[in-house]
Amino acid sequence: MSETHRKLAALAAIWVVLVCAPLWMPLVGGYTALGSRVLVLGLAAMSVNFLLGFTGVLSFGHAAWFGLGAYGCGLILKFIALSTPLGLLAGTLLGGVLGGMLGALIVRRRGVYFAMVTIAFGQVFYYIAFQWSSLTGGDDGLRPFYRQPLHLGFTTVDILQNSTAFYYFVLICFAAAVALMGFLLRSPFGRTMLAIRENERRARFLGIPVEMHIWIAFTLSCFFMAFAGSLYALVNNFADPRGLHYSQSGDFVMMAVMGGMRSFWGPLLGAVVFVVLQDYVSSITVNWQIFIGLTFVVVVLFFPRGLLGFLQARRRG
Amino acid sequence: MTQLILFNVTNGLIIGAFYVLMALGLSLILNLSNVINFAHGGFLVIGGYIAYTLEPYLGFWGALVASPFLTAIIGLAIERVMISRVYGRDPLYSLLLTFGLAFIFEDGTRFIWGANGKPFAIPAFLSQPLSNEFFFITGYRLFMVAMVAVMVSLLFLFLRYTRVGIRIRAGTLDLETVSALGVNVRALRSLNFAVGIFLAGLSGVLAGGQLGLEPTMGSGLLMPSFIAIIVGGVGSLPGTLVGGLLIGVASGITAAVFPSASEAIMYVLMAVVLLIRPRGLFGEEGMLT
Repeated sequence: MSETHRKLAALAAIWVVLVCAPLWMPLVGGYTALGSRVLVLGLAAMSVNFLLGFTGVLSFGHAAWFGLGAYGCGLILKFIALSTPLGLLAGTLLGGVLGGMLGALIVRRRGVYFAMVTIAFGQVFYYIAFQWSSLTGGDDGLRPFYRQPLHLGFTTVDILQNSTAFYYFVLICFAAAVALMGFLLRSPFGRTMLAIRENERRARFLGIPVEMHIWIAFTLSCFFMAFAGSLYALVNNFADPRGLHYSQSGDFVMMAVMGGMRSFWGPLLGAVVFVVLQDYVSSITVNWQIFIGLTFVVVVLFFPRGLLGFLQARRRG
Repeated sequence: MTQLILFNVTNGLIIGAFYVLMALGLSLILNLSNVINFAHGGFLVIGGYIAYTLEPYLGFWGALVASPFLTAIIGLAIERVMISRVYGRDPLYSLLLTFGLAFIFEDGTRFIWGANGKPFAIPAFLSQPLSNEFFFITGYRLFMVAMVAVMVSLLFLFLRYTRVGIRIRAGTLDLETVSALGVNVRALRSLNFAVGIFLAGLSGVLAGGQLGLEPTMGSGLLMPSFIAIIVGGVGSLPGTLVGGLLIGVASGITAAVFPSASEAIMYVLMAVVLLIRPRGLFGEEGMLT
């Protein structure tokens, strides 16, 4: 099989697995809501990786945009209009626009410094969500609000009660976001991002406005992140301040690295493994954080290229 | 009114002193090894709890001296076994590694010593207020500030006048050249890491005496320390010192006027500094950027 064929086969396999998830998940002890959660967190990890893996810029505060998306969506559904699409739109805009504004402030920083500044600014939004209890519900999180049935003109889909219908709704949103992400990465813009990742100085010598590209990539990544966050609010019918905390950012980065950050689908695989592991460990012990911490240590020290990178290296022998 | 302002400025200075002690350790490690030590708060907690465990045998003063050294030894072991393996790699890996370690420390502390807070007794003569009018200035608070001042002075003298200290500062500027001149960079980084962790352990003991011990006490101090470093300028230890005191006092004063913004003011300060002077107050352009 040639490389192209192999890639096409893998792509087909991924989509078959995702589309059939409501059928096979109960057989392995899962449930459809878990599927929706994994998809959304996978999308978030892929958004982090859009910046980290393909532009080489490490943001350690991306949970802020995820959480802002969730709060934006939840606030619309709770106070303004009972409309799922409007909630998604508002959440995506809230996180994306604020992310873009912050990006403009910090885009000249690099490496550790960039990571540090993104962490610190991400925490700003955590404190706002935590302190402004009259609007956000503070520590208890934002509730109650419920995702609303979709009115498609000819029919109405009840995504609130019917978890399978909701899974397919999430899958369609996921597919749209991922398709856009893939399209961006294949475009000349995406190639430029790779060039910056590989050698920033050379890219600069070629006359590429590096700061501008990094800012656009950062902003796009924030929009994707906020979209995932809005979907997450719909999954839980709840927005949690801890969703904005830097430890959540760490989890997202971990998912990307664990799956394999140099591959497009790696972060999704990482999200699957991470969520299943977290669910399992926290069901058997209260000290589950130790195991999550150990996972971090083991991945960094022994599998720095992630699961996909490890498998590829094995295959090449 | 004077009393209220003085009260909050004192509070701010004391909190700021903690930030300084934490942030100086973080800054040392960041400058020489290019590692953001997320587990720094974890080391602080370990320092506090070790002191708590030792106190019945050694008393307060013994624990105060022994605990930071023991914490530094634990830190040294972890640096040798794990953290040194990610030096020179993408900063991503050191971030994730220390992030995982922070999880392990926090939950490990909870596992060993329990999730509930523990009191850490301080000598009776230190817990008395010094005067009725200024009831908030206890002996212990003065003692803490004095300890921080002494430690910071010792640190700066060490970096200024000892051979190792000069090597550490040189390594911050250009590690490759220092290595080429025959300095054992591995050992230098380990020692530097241990010094940073020593400061974290000491902050843990001091903080325990003031606030009691809790497994989560470290993570609350971590973010202000980051901000202290960014405000002061990455790469500059005097900058970190000024940054820590500045955000401490700023949040102390804000607590008097508008309590719910006492945390937010630090971030506002950071945003303003980054806008006006992106390298930080005392930072040099080109450090770690």
